[in-house]
Amino acid sequence: MPTIKSLEDLKKMREEALRKQELKATTGKTEIIVGMGTVGIAAGARETLKAILEFVDNEHLENIIIRQTGNIGIDSFEPVVQVILPGQEKVTYGRVSTEIVKTIMEEHVVKGKIVEDYQVKS
Amino acid sequence: MREIALHILDIAANSISAGAKNISVRIAASSKDDTLDVSISDDGKGMTPEMIRMVTDPFTTSRTERNVGLGIPLLKAAAEACRGWFRIDSKPGKGTEVQARFQLSHIDRMPLGDLPDTFLGLLIGTPDVHWTFQVKKDELVFDFDDTELKNELGADSLSEPEVIRYVRMFFSEGIEPIAIN
Repeated sequence: MPTIKSLEDLKKMREEALRKQELKATTGKTEIIVGMGTVGIAAGARETLKAILEFVDNEHLENIIIRQTGNIGIDSFEPVVQVILPGQEKVTYGRVSTEIVKTIMEEHVVKGKIVEDYQVKS
Repeated sequence: MREIALHILDIAANSISAGAKNISVRIAASSKDDTLDVSISDDGKGMTPEMIRMVTDPFTTSRTERNVGLGIPLLKAAAEACRGWFRIDSKPGKGTEVQARFQLSHIDRMPLGDLPDTFLGLLIGTPDVHWTFQVKKDELVFDFDDTELKNELGADSLSEPEVIRYVRMFFSEGIEPIAIN
């Protein structure tokens, strides 16, 4: 991966990436939501979000939308992460440490398999 | 919370919950005055004096609002414990500014913490908000306004790997030389 020096470089790289993407069929985007209320932040949600961003960057995942949201309402399970694959139901994961992020990203986001061990069922 | 940066993330989350479209985070350290000032201002729905009193007082809770503003008494206590002060200025319908001052050299002052990752999370995680960040120490200043980035790339593309990498590098290279502990 070349280092991007300026906004100009970034624009060029993106245009190239977009051209490549257009060749593939559009399959919709995967949404990843991190709960960032006070409880979530105190429980380490920033590190969780950071780990997700790093995974997306390192593995070069396309078609991902990362969002933060307020308190999801299950305080005792913070940090909470939700994954929505295109056209599928929202899956909620609890107590998502940076190690668990890796598992969820590899199994669910990349391969499409829900990681039941960390799932919070309502 | 162990870092001022985490408090900033928490207060900014309140601004997001308040429906703010523009949020500005400013951090200014002065060696001469021995002060560290933090300000988070927004154009969200604002608060009445009664609401401000409620969120500032840790012994008053309202069931329906317990998840918003939970961290405010913690930041207030942290600032006041470091020869500083804490203030909320807010008008319903106009917006809110939260300010905290710490004595820069105070032995009990928590570290500023990881600002690049905090700003990165806010910018990428809430693309619909217009963000401005400023970090200042004496003559050194880092200024960021996301307008140019979003005009060039579109807010939809912020979660793309190249963009994450670029923004992270931009924040690290801009903020680290300012070196506020």
